[in-house]
Amino acid sequence: MSTYAYYPGCSLHGTAKEYDRSARLVCQALGLELREVEDWNCCGASSAHMVSHWLALSLPARNLQPVEKMGLETMTVPCAACYARLKDVSCELKDPEVRAKIGRVLGDQVTGRVTVEPLIGTLTTQEILDKAASLIVKPLTGLKVATYYGCLLTRPPKVAQFDDPENPQSMDRLLRTLGSEVVEWYFKTECCGASLPVARTDIVLDLSRKLLAAAKKAGAEAIVTACPMCHSNLDSRQGEIRGRYGDDFKMPIFFFTELLGLALGYPARELLIANHLTDALSLLQGRGLA
Amino acid sequence: MPRIGVFVCHCGSNIAATVDCAGVAEATRGFPGVVHAADFKYLCAETGQNLIRDAIAEHRLNRVVVASCSPRMHEPTFRKAVAQAGLNPYLMEMANIREHCSWVHADRQVATAKATEIIRMVVAKVARNEPLTAKQVGLTKRLLVIGGGIAGIQAALDVANAGYQVTLVERTPTIGGKMAMLDKTFPTLDCSACILTPRMVELSQHPNIELRTYAEVLSVKGFVGNFEVEILQKARKVNHLTCTGCGTCWQKCPEKNVPSEFDVGMGRRTASYIPFPQAVPNKPVSDTANCRSVRHLAAKERGEKLMECRVCEKLCPTKSIDWEQKDEIIVDRFGAIIVANGYDTFDHSVYGEYGYGKYPDVITGLQLERLMNASGPTKGEVVRPSDGKHPHSVVFLACVGSRDDKVGRPYCSKICCMYTAKHALMLKEHDPNIQTYVFYLDIRAAGRGYEEFVRRVQEEYGSTYIRGRVSWIYPQDGKLIIKGEDTLLGRPVEVEADLVVLATGITAASGAVDLMQTIGISYDTYGFINEMHPKLRPVETNTDGVYLAGCASGPKDIPDSVSQASAAAVKVCGLFSQDYLTTDPMTSVVDQMKCVGCFLCEEVCPFRAVERETLRGGKVVARINESVCKGCGLCVAACRGEALNLKGFTDQQLLAQVTALLRA
Repeated sequence: MSTYAYYPGCSLHGTAKEYDRSARLVCQALGLELREVEDWNCCGASSAHMVSHWLALSLPARNLQPVEKMGLETMTVPCAACYARLKDVSCELKDPEVRAKIGRVLGDQVTGRVTVEPLIGTLTTQEILDKAASLIVKPLTGLKVATYYGCLLTRPPKVAQFDDPENPQSMDRLLRTLGSEVVEWYFKTECCGASLPVARTDIVLDLSRKLLAAAKKAGAEAIVTACPMCHSNLDSRQGEIRGRYGDDFKMPIFFFTELLGLALGYPARELLIANHLTDALSLLQGRGLA
Repeated sequence: MPRIGVFVCHCGSNIAATVDCAGVAEATRGFPGVVHAADFKYLCAETGQNLIRDAIAEHRLNRVVVASCSPRMHEPTFRKAVAQAGLNPYLMEMANIREHCSWVHADRQVATAKATEIIRMVVAKVARNEPLTAKQVGLTKRLLVIGGGIAGIQAALDVANAGYQVTLVERTPTIGGKMAMLDKTFPTLDCSACILTPRMVELSQHPNIELRTYAEVLSVKGFVGNFEVEILQKARKVNHLTCTGCGTCWQKCPEKNVPSEFDVGMGRRTASYIPFPQAVPNKPVSDTANCRSVRHLAAKERGEKLMECRVCEKLCPTKSIDWEQKDEIIVDRFGAIIVANGYDTFDHSVYGEYGYGKYPDVITGLQLERLMNASGPTKGEVVRPSDGKHPHSVVFLACVGSRDDKVGRPYCSKICCMYTAKHALMLKEHDPNIQTYVFYLDIRAAGRGYEEFVRRVQEEYGSTYIRGRVSWIYPQDGKLIIKGEDTLLGRPVEVEADLVVLATGITAASGAVDLMQTIGISYDTYGFINEMHPKLRPVETNTDGVYLAGCASGPKDIPDSVSQASAAAVKVCGLFSQDYLTTDPMTSVVDQMKCVGCFLCEEVCPFRAVERETLRGGKVVARINESVCKGCGLCVAACRGEALNLKGFTDQQLLAQVTALLRA
């Protein structure tokens, strides 16, 4: 059994509880032990790096330290924004000067030895895909989905070091393994506007509308994400988009772990899919998946 | 007894500002053998040289030390000066107190002391200098031109017209290069073929030019004036001596689906083909990878079955098809080489944001040239590759594979701004209803009539220029959506297009690095040739007798390539106007009494200058071919028995320098 340090981040303890729940369940089923990072703090995403470079490095760096003390080497991160910050600092820590300075800020030695990977990466290695295939209880046959990776998972390529920056494939491979049909579309890594939900809601609505429209046009019945920010934007804004633009998408938005959980036989209730603001259960019930 | 004169140059204030030149001259008077010392403001000036010449006569000097700059520039100057005073030129040595001293130090006292020490070492060396005499070797007055684009054509014609024999080697089946693929040329909009093809024909009919298409250079040995070159003549499967170019074989060839290299994949060709109607030579080659007859014969040898074809063989009226024809290696001698191997366009499939080269309606500028060209695959009609429809909105992207560190191409390709403007204009001429957009970073239109041309495209032809890089292209409803930023307005922009044309930049030609290594010339990280001097010797390489022209040394437009070709031709003519070449006498020499015949020297010599000689008694020893030796000294360092020595830099001279410094 492989053991990973698990950094849920604030979203998975709040707005994206279903991501947290489904992630823990599928990892358990696939033989991956997740141990939550002890005494973790905010990763600083979306605000710290606009204010202070050193704060933006120190906050995530403090989350890497306990991992070594827990005797683990690899941290897996479900949230794309957290991943971007943690991966960034793990790259920066290769520089001894940065290491020394952050060590002074945190009042502790920083080694930068922990490997950071996104949960979508952890769960899409060939080994895990093979295992998932062997454990499928309810294949997602016929479910047409658009995979949406968001802007942070693959970029900037030099830092993210995950999948193809413009046309990533890992989530596609996973969903095909589970039996669903992955539509071809071109918005896989476009911005949903997640950094501006309060300040410029109009931009968020515009960008999210474009994404939803593109997915619908491509023939998708649902969008699958690997990011709680993307999920919250696309899932929660569909009513406002209808009010402003008149488009009524009714497009269910899933976390990839939810669909993986369904395929592995977990009931939708246990995966907290009823928490979604845009109805996702009807689609699943219609396919006999919930 | 050496009678040494020391001359200290001020170099204006270059040396004098940090070195007390008079003080240095005074100090050198006490060095062993020095009988005269002087300082002067500019020794390289006529008056300075006179000062040296007069001193040689007056003080009966038999050795001279000039303490000034690096020998790179002025060693020939001072050697000539002492020679005019009757001294062997190799009895003059330069002490570099500028680059090695005054320019790199600020403390006057320290710099002055260091300059004195530098001169002390050179004085010790010059006392042991021997008179040397340059030798003369003959030369073959024949030129090899590598590459049959416009640069190679121009260079070959210029040298041939001056009366020398020229062989031009081109690896594709025709000469003409990239220029032959173009429709019009900027900024005059001359028809490219109309101005190029007469040159191609002139070349093929020139009595002094031997044309070898479908051939490559395999190896280059020898040295300036005496290169021995192996040329691979690839099998054409067509006897060009009897073929009349009637066209029956390529019209009847049943294999019609080979992507045409000449049309950059926009069109198809047959397996037996000429690349384009005005090709020179206007005789076909059979592309053996696709020819059904060749594949049949190969399959038969492997014991497999494949349908026989031989249509061309049956139909050829002159019986010129020759399946037995094999690749052939030709060895020839040349006195000089001009490398004009051209360029390739950047492969844009690395740009994921532009679809990884997979969207059929995202094409390159060169592909658009083929679509616009009357002899191109669409007979000059501009249509979308995906559905053959006429585009109404066309977006151009500048700097694809240029000025982009992300893809490892930080340099500007120089021609893209201009050819993109030309394309925008030409499209409007094709169809006045087409709307064109150009995304650019900066407009670089430096050249006569260039800036005016771009303005005309913007103002008279209504092309919309948007300053900014495009971040994303994606297909939607049969169109392409182009997203980018207008950096002048600071706003994101989105344009819908039927066709996107990428201004792909210039990269070194495929195989360029292998070619440079075969010839033995230096190149940069991008595979472009390094000139001998970027400003003052722009068409010479670092190997004597090898010249360059065109895009071989970096992006250039047609006028620049042609100018360089003519410049290289003049250099070759200058070389060929001599009946003998004078070689540098500072070469290695073997003391055959000491040589044990281990031939380590042969292994390390980069110029293949070490030969083997059997002495009476059967002992095999090394001998240096002085015409080939460049005097690099590698063999001297490698020799374990101290049998080798470098004339002008003998072990004894170098040891004397070190000893002088240590004893001081």
